[in-house]
Amino acid sequence: MNINATLIGQTIAFIMFVWFCMKYVWPPLMAALEERKAKIVEGLAAAERGEKEQELAEKRATEVIHDARAEASDIINLANVRAGEMVEEAKGKAVEEAAKVKKGAEAEIEQELASAREVLREQVSVLAISAAEQIIKSEIDATKHKNIINDMSSKLGAA
Amino acid sequence: MSGENLTSSEYIKHHLTNLTYGQHPDGSWGIAHGSEAAKEMGFWALNIDTMAVSVILGFVFIYFFKKAASTATAGVPGGLQNFVEMIIEFVDDSVKDSFNGKNPLVAPLALTIFVWIILMNTMDLVPVDYLPHLASMMGVPYLKVVPTTDPNLTFAMALGVFVLILYYSIKIKGPGGFFAELAFHPFPKYLMPFNLFLELVSLIAKPISLALRLFGNMYAGEMIFILIALLPLGAQWMLALPWAIFHILIVILQAFIFMTLTIVYLSMAHEESH
Repeated sequence: MNINATLIGQTIAFIMFVWFCMKYVWPPLMAALEERKAKIVEGLAAAERGEKEQELAEKRATEVIHDARAEASDIINLANVRAGEMVEEAKGKAVEEAAKVKKGAEAEIEQELASAREVLREQVSVLAISAAEQIIKSEIDATKHKNIINDMSSKLGAA
Repeated sequence: MSGENLTSSEYIKHHLTNLTYGQHPDGSWGIAHGSEAAKEMGFWALNIDTMAVSVILGFVFIYFFKKAASTATAGVPGGLQNFVEMIIEFVDDSVKDSFNGKNPLVAPLALTIFVWIILMNTMDLVPVDYLPHLASMMGVPYLKVVPTTDPNLTFAMALGVFVLILYYSIKIKGPGGFFAELAFHPFPKYLMPFNLFLELVSLIAKPISLALRLFGNMYAGEMIFILIALLPLGAQWMLALPWAIFHILIVILQAFIFMTLTIVYLSMAHEESH
């Protein structure tokens, strides 16, 4: 309970401990705390940035999907139109072709008819000649009726 | 545990006597037996128990905090670092709350005061007979285990703070500014001597109140523990337990008050105008 030299000793000890604390304890701990604070701030900012980015990306994605959908419907419409056109075109072509084929067939038929008629005419003329020959043979002489035959044959030729 | 061969007053006296080493009036050096003998040694005597316990506790503080400081990372803190950081942040918040200037000394000073005083006060919670008994078995006649019940220690810390108050007052405000603060306040200039008297008293009251508050609280607490120890064995724990629990509050509160007042006084020393 007496004031004595302990006062001086304690003052020295006190100064020593404060000095040591100021030199070696406080700064590194404070630095660690500050660094962690900075890290947390950074992390929070990054998280916020990420959230914003995600929102943006989502928006962009919906936009892209929307665009794609519109494009797809456009393509489908175009394809439908084109298909209709193609069908029309094919129809037109088919009709044309049919007309062409019909025409050809008609021409062929005509030709055939003509040739058949020619053949028939020749046969009739042969028949007529043979008949005439029979008649002529049975009749008097050839010279007498030659004119008549010639006349007949020219008449047939005209027919 | 009043002891078989001691009266109550002798027991109390024994517990309140420091282990003082100094020069006896007859010229020989040695341990003072009793406070009268210690008084006769005059100023040049040393309370070995106060010095030893406080320095050991100071090194305990330094050891754990240095350990935490040298392994401190910004990553996930471990157990010790977490605990140390908690204290550091508490002290740092207290400093930021009441200290507006920029001074790298104030926060470490506050931390040292806070933790060191808590450690020394906590010695009060060690049952009063344990360490003195152990010491007497080892041949040490006196041991006062709570350094903060020695006014030498509390006055040493308070004087340290007082010197810092004077130093920063003069450094920040200049000698003239500091004198003006003492002389031209609170009354007008023509009442200068009266102002000076008032302000000097309030200035000197700062370290004295710091020292005596801590000393008084811890001394009274220790005294009550000693008185409880004089009771019969059955009654002791009924009183010792509640008092110890209450004393935990005082241990921390006194350290906190000493720290906060130190910060406030230094803050006042840094402020330009009153």
